[in-house]
Amino acid sequence: MSSTVLVKNKVESDSALRIKIRIWLTSFLKFVLPPFLGVVVFLFLWTAAAQNIVTSLGTFPGPSAVWVQLGTLYDEHVAEREKAEAFYLRQDKRNAARVAQDSSYTPKVRAYTGKETFLDQIATSLVTVLSGFFVAALIAIPLGIAIGLNGILRSAVNPIIQIFKPVSPLAWLPLVTMVVSAVYVSPDPVIAKSFLNSMITVTLCCLWPMLINTSVGVASIPEDLVNVSKVLCLKPLKHVQKIVLPCAIPLIFTGMRLSLGVAWMVLIAAEMLAQNPGLGKFVWDEFQNGSSDSLARIMTAVIVIGGIGFLLDRSMLQLQRWVSWDKSSAVH
Amino acid sequence: MSVILDISHIDMVFPTSNGPFTALKEVDLKVSEGEFISLIGHSGCGKSTVLNVVAGLYQASVGGVVLNGKEVTAPGPERAVVFQNHSLLPWLTVYQNVELAVKQVFGKTRNKKQIKDWVEHNLTLVHMDHAMDKRPGEISGGMKQRVGIARALSMEPDILLMDEPFGALDALTRAHMQDSLMEIQSELKNTIIMITHDVDEAVLLSDRIVMMTNGPAATIGEILDINLDRPRDRLALSVDSEYTRLRSEVLKFLYEKQRKIEDISPNKPAKEVNQKRKKIA
Repeated sequence: MSSTVLVKNKVESDSALRIKIRIWLTSFLKFVLPPFLGVVVFLFLWTAAAQNIVTSLGTFPGPSAVWVQLGTLYDEHVAEREKAEAFYLRQDKRNAARVAQDSSYTPKVRAYTGKETFLDQIATSLVTVLSGFFVAALIAIPLGIAIGLNGILRSAVNPIIQIFKPVSPLAWLPLVTMVVSAVYVSPDPVIAKSFLNSMITVTLCCLWPMLINTSVGVASIPEDLVNVSKVLCLKPLKHVQKIVLPCAIPLIFTGMRLSLGVAWMVLIAAEMLAQNPGLGKFVWDEFQNGSSDSLARIMTAVIVIGGIGFLLDRSMLQLQRWVSWDKSSAVH
Repeated sequence: MSVILDISHIDMVFPTSNGPFTALKEVDLKVSEGEFISLIGHSGCGKSTVLNVVAGLYQASVGGVVLNGKEVTAPGPERAVVFQNHSLLPWLTVYQNVELAVKQVFGKTRNKKQIKDWVEHNLTLVHMDHAMDKRPGEISGGMKQRVGIARALSMEPDILLMDEPFGALDALTRAHMQDSLMEIQSELKNTIIMITHDVDEAVLLSDRIVMMTNGPAATIGEILDINLDRPRDRLALSVDSEYTRLRSEVLKFLYEKQRKIEDISPNKPAKEVNQKRKKIA
């Protein structure tokens, strides 16, 4: 008898295992295989196409050339850092020696002025885009809440938003540059002017999507919840904190994600145009350089720019998941 | 019993694009302390408008509402509202929803422990103490409405205003909620005005049923006193001759005297007119 039970158990666990395998297999076929195949096919087509495009700077770079350049760019970065370290070491030694000779001597410390590497440029671009984005958020979200709550303010600001929203921030760039150099006059600037120019350009393009989405989110709060707030006699600030903000968070984040995506695109273009430090400048410098590696290096930059843009968007999504009460609003 | 609420000759006129629309005309009602009043009438007759005026969400065009000797000019927690679709804040837990109301009303006069006890007491009263940490999205419609009632009760209102509180619930849940409400009312002796479409609900729960005529310019048609003994038991009442008589009185009013001929012409559905009115208000 016990053997029949044993057999039955075995059959049951067998079928359970089979179901598990089937579930695993379907999810593999659905979610893992297609993206993998997509990338493989793309790489194949890219390789095939690249070999047939011959430019004055050699053949168009394929995936392998990009892979090689990725390594080279990293090695250059490491080499540059070693050089910088050696420079500071030499400087310290020299200064120490002079102080030992003459104790009244105040040592001069000079910064290393080497070429900015690819990784430096990435860091510069990231810092610029994030600072511009935060400045925009600091302005746009409170203003958007005010506009969403107040109909009169909304109709007052609306024409201005509608006019400035479709303007490419690059059109602002010359104006921003001139205004910054006129207003920001300091013999020893803490923040570089070029950084300020790029950042303000980013801010200008981030403002509008955040402003519009926040105000729409705030204006579309269900009337019943507003009535609850009225019956409870919530003070304006508490009303915003307890009712308005949680309600508007999904749309605020939609605006923030749109902004950040546009900002990253615009920043690269602005850096190219204004020769401000960053990935855009890297691309332009390589183009002007015109060596046989240039195209591969630019292509590497293109891939890296895309990857960073993707990561920025995912980070915003993750942030939304942490902040938002409604997890279903933060799926894609 | 003393009069706690005086709805004194109110008219309600909404401005619309086709000129002024008189929704209510000469609505006059005095409510005694501890009384349970039902407002019944066909849809669009302005029952909700009456309730919103008492709540202070609308201002009457003519006349006014006096509660405890003071005129009502704005919404306030002494006139707690239980909304038809519960209106819980979906990002707060059951406990936090009630806590928000309690803190708002008693935040200055009670300490943390007292507030916590009071929130829990009210949730226990509506039998929702087992789900205090759930979000509204995780509980059923009946449970949400219970929390809505607990939130309203927790403000210790002078009068409880209920706008079709059980309208969206299924029949069994509704019966259960009605029993709960009777139990709570017998304990707390709240003054309640409730809007309903349900004749049985009105007869079962009320001390008086206020029947409204059809709009526009709706007003109070008849008031029916329900002198059934409390506590009331729905099974015993279902074979009670007085209950049957009262029930048929209400039905007669609704379907003979105020028979509503629905306007079914396609270019002017009643709903649309209602929505327009709401927007303007």
